Amino acid sequence: MATVPSDPSVQPTRRRLVEVLLGGGLLASVASFLYPVLRYLVPPAVADLGGDSVVAAKVNELKPNSARIFRFGSRPGMLIRTAEGEYRAMSATCTHLSCTVQYREDLREVWCACHNGMYDLNGRNVSGPPPRPLEAFDVHVRGDEIVVGRKREG
Amino acid sequence: MKALHAVKSWIDERFDWAELTAPLRHKSVPIHKLSYWYFLGGITLFLFVIQVCTGILLLLYYRASANEAFESVQYITTQVQFGWLIRSIHSWSANLMVFTAFAHMFSVLFLKAYRKPRELTWVTGMVLLFLVLGFGFSGYLLPWNTLAFFATKVGTEITGQLPLVGRKMMIFLRGGEEVTGATLTRFFGFHVAVLPGITTVLLALHVALIQRFGMSVPPKVEAQWKAHPEQARDMKFLPNFLLRELMAWYLALGVLGALAALMPWELGTKADPFAPAPAGIRPEWYFMFMFQTLKLIPAKIGFLDGELVGILVFGAAGAIWLLLPFFDRDGRGRMQRWITGVGVFALAFIVAMTAYGYMAK
Amino acid sequence: MATWRNKALLFLGLWLAVSLGQAQAPVNTCLDCHSALDAPLHVDADRYAQDIHAQKGLTCADCHGGNPTIADPDAMSKKAGFRGHIERKQIPALCGRCHSDGAYMRQYNPSLRTDQLSQYQTSVHGKRLAAGEANVAVCTDCHGLHGIRPPNDPRSNVHPTNVAQTCARCHADAAHMKSYSIPTNQFAEYRASVHHDALAVRGDLSAPTCTTCHGNHGAAPPGVGNVQNVCSTCHVFQAQLFEKSPHKAAFGSAGLPGCVTCHGNHRVTHPTDAMLGTADKSVCTNCHTSGDAGYAAAGHFADEIAKLASAVERSDKILATAENSGMEVSQAKLEQDQARDNLTKARVSIHGVQAAKVDEDIKAGMKIADKSYAEGVQALKDRDYRRMGLGVSVLTILVVVMALGLYIRQIEGR
Repeated sequence: MATVPSDPSVQPTRRRLVEVLLGGGLLASVASFLYPVLRYLVPPAVADLGGDSVVAAKVNELKPNSARIFRFGSRPGMLIRTAEGEYRAMSATCTHLSCTVQYREDLREVWCACHNGMYDLNGRNVSGPPPRPLEAFDVHVRGDEIVVGRKREG
Repeated sequence: MKALHAVKSWIDERFDWAELTAPLRHKSVPIHKLSYWYFLGGITLFLFVIQVCTGILLLLYYRASANEAFESVQYITTQVQFGWLIRSIHSWSANLMVFTAFAHMFSVLFLKAYRKPRELTWVTGMVLLFLVLGFGFSGYLLPWNTLAFFATKVGTEITGQLPLVGRKMMIFLRGGEEVTGATLTRFFGFHVAVLPGITTVLLALHVALIQRFGMSVPPKVEAQWKAHPEQARDMKFLPNFLLRELMAWYLALGVLGALAALMPWELGTKADPFAPAPAGIRPEWYFMFMFQTLKLIPAKIGFLDGELVGILVFGAAGAIWLLLPFFDRDGRGRMQRWITGVGVFALAFIVAMTAYGYMAK
Repeated sequence: MATWRNKALLFLGLWLAVSLGQAQAPVNTCLDCHSALDAPLHVDADRYAQDIHAQKGLTCADCHGGNPTIADPDAMSKKAGFRGHIERKQIPALCGRCHSDGAYMRQYNPSLRTDQLSQYQTSVHGKRLAAGEANVAVCTDCHGLHGIRPPNDPRSNVHPTNVAQTCARCHADAAHMKSYSIPTNQFAEYRASVHHDALAVRGDLSAPTCTTCHGNHGAAPPGVGNVQNVCSTCHVFQAQLFEKSPHKAAFGSAGLPGCVTCHGNHRVTHPTDAMLGTADKSVCTNCHTSGDAGYAAAGHFADEIAKLASAVERSDKILATAENSGMEVSQAKLEQDQARDNLTKARVSIHGVQAAKVDEDIKAGMKIADKSYAEGVQALKDRDYRRMGLGVSVLTILVVVMALGLYIRQIEGR
């Protein structure tokens, strides 16, 4: 880099000030660019499993003949542990008027409190107003996690 | 400072840095009333570099499959530290780059910088402009949201209208008959590998040609300076012009940051191929003028399909635009005024059609 | 040899087809004349062709008697068993002749009910018809005549979406209903209801129409003490809570018809929070007065629900603001849906008029709404932090630009 000719009429202190301002400003601005980039490079604590799968629960968190609601994408899903110990998962949004359904331990069926709609443990609408079954999801046990995923396209 | 000198002499001893940078040190930029337009090319290059950098960062987290693309972008904007910033800068810079690329092209057109010997610079520049539009079109699909899905559907549908090759081209672009996850994967490949590769080569060529021929001076200024040589002014590229360019680039960076923080780019809703198209779908603003024109063309022109005529006309216009310098052989006179006229018409047409497209809901 | 055989087979096939084809459509010469006659003897042949009876192979003679195979006036002789015009009083028995015969109906539709006639005889229409009134509805008034479609056909008069209109043909006609002591505004009232909106506008076939609550063949209003049985087939929770509440006994002894007391019977509109409490629009104050326990409870419920409703609204607002400024709050919005669910639950649990249950739902809802609000506040804080960071960055950029400008001046000696 050739030394640039400086105007001798400019005071040395003025020159110094400009140089300091430039150097300092450059440093500060570059730091303000680099700081977000460096933070970005560090992967977040919550790993992204992709929109298709979600960890719904840990093994042994659910007792037999009970269920829990979990978040699947932007809608609620329901993970059921049947009395025999099997896991089932399905959408928890009632197909009638979109209330959130619940699991009835006494009836061993899925029930919607809004207008008394009933679904069986496979999500099929068996009585009441619901016109369609609840969308069923795949359930896999991976280690000590129960992973629920959308059913693969054929 | 001393450390800097030591590094410099280390490099100099091995690479003869002085000789390598000689052309740059001798490069001078003509200074006249219209010199500010010279900045546009540099800004476009700067924005491209921003795109590459933010694009590489996004690549670290993005997933290019229909099942995961939307969620991965959502992950980036919500979970990754400053992911929202990188993503918004990438989206805003993309739009700004298309704008500056068009502005650069029009300024070169009106300032007649395409004249001999710079014909190939123009041609490589036009191809680069098409590549930039390709970047925009392919990148727009990647978040896999509803708007992008349908914009891609319509856009590739239009390609399919071309005679003979149209359908094959459409299937090639879509990776199938319809827009599916295969389209996404394909567009991703175009966006991060194919287009960058071609662009890098062409960009290197374009910049090399500029260095070779130096900066062009508009005809009126040229004539002025020929008559009065003492009025000719120029400025050394290094460091004077470059410092000014740096100012412009830094301001652009500031604008980008402000846009990203104050008007972050929307995520939208995940694309559902089985849902009907939402009302009011439209392409990105840089395709709007074509989209609106095609909408206005009557269904049939003579015995030909109206939309096909529109596409062919745009295609022909693009081809003519690409080969513009070869029409203006003598460098002055009627042809030049014609080209200026056509340029003004094209600019007015694009601006008017874009505005119309947005106002007519 | 082969070609002779093929020709013979072809001829045989054609003959079979023609004869089978003829067997499908029985001869019905009645229509040849009656389709060309004027009213009241006119029968539209096309319309009759679409009648379910015609499609099953029945002819005019199966109801009216006579001989459908000959094309002269002898077809309508007493010898041929001609009955002619069927009088209104005779229609139910005539239809019942087949429709109550299980063995006969089995050959057409084994799962079709065969108790329509016996049900009809328990209905108000059936009882009055038996007492000699001809003005009441008989089978053909609802199901149509000479163009009867099955109830699941959307064009049928008795398809769920058309039932109310069919009933209204008489029940909304003031002139027709002159001699009866019942109102004629039911259809108008029903049209304003949320049930009609669900059925006719949204197409939800599970929504109730006249026959859902009153019965179709055995049509009669449910008794005052039985109304909640009808409502409870869908609105289970509310009915169960009401059964266990002090209102059950109180309403019973006052002769009040359960659910209908507060919600109406035909004009069942979407309930509002204004129906609760002690303000002027409240239904509670119809019985309760200041000072009694019910009055205090009503006020408490209204206050609590209003509290939760405004908390939910507050959180919704802040999350919307956060989202509009570019913050991603979809997780918080999903959780907020649960707060809304709790608000709905609270609005249901007030039917038991027990403070404990209502308070429980309110508390759960408040917890979620408050959490969502906190998340919204945090999102806005993050947004402000971002803007501050931007401010710092822009400041450094401006410093650099300014310094560059000065530096340029300096080296160019201007």
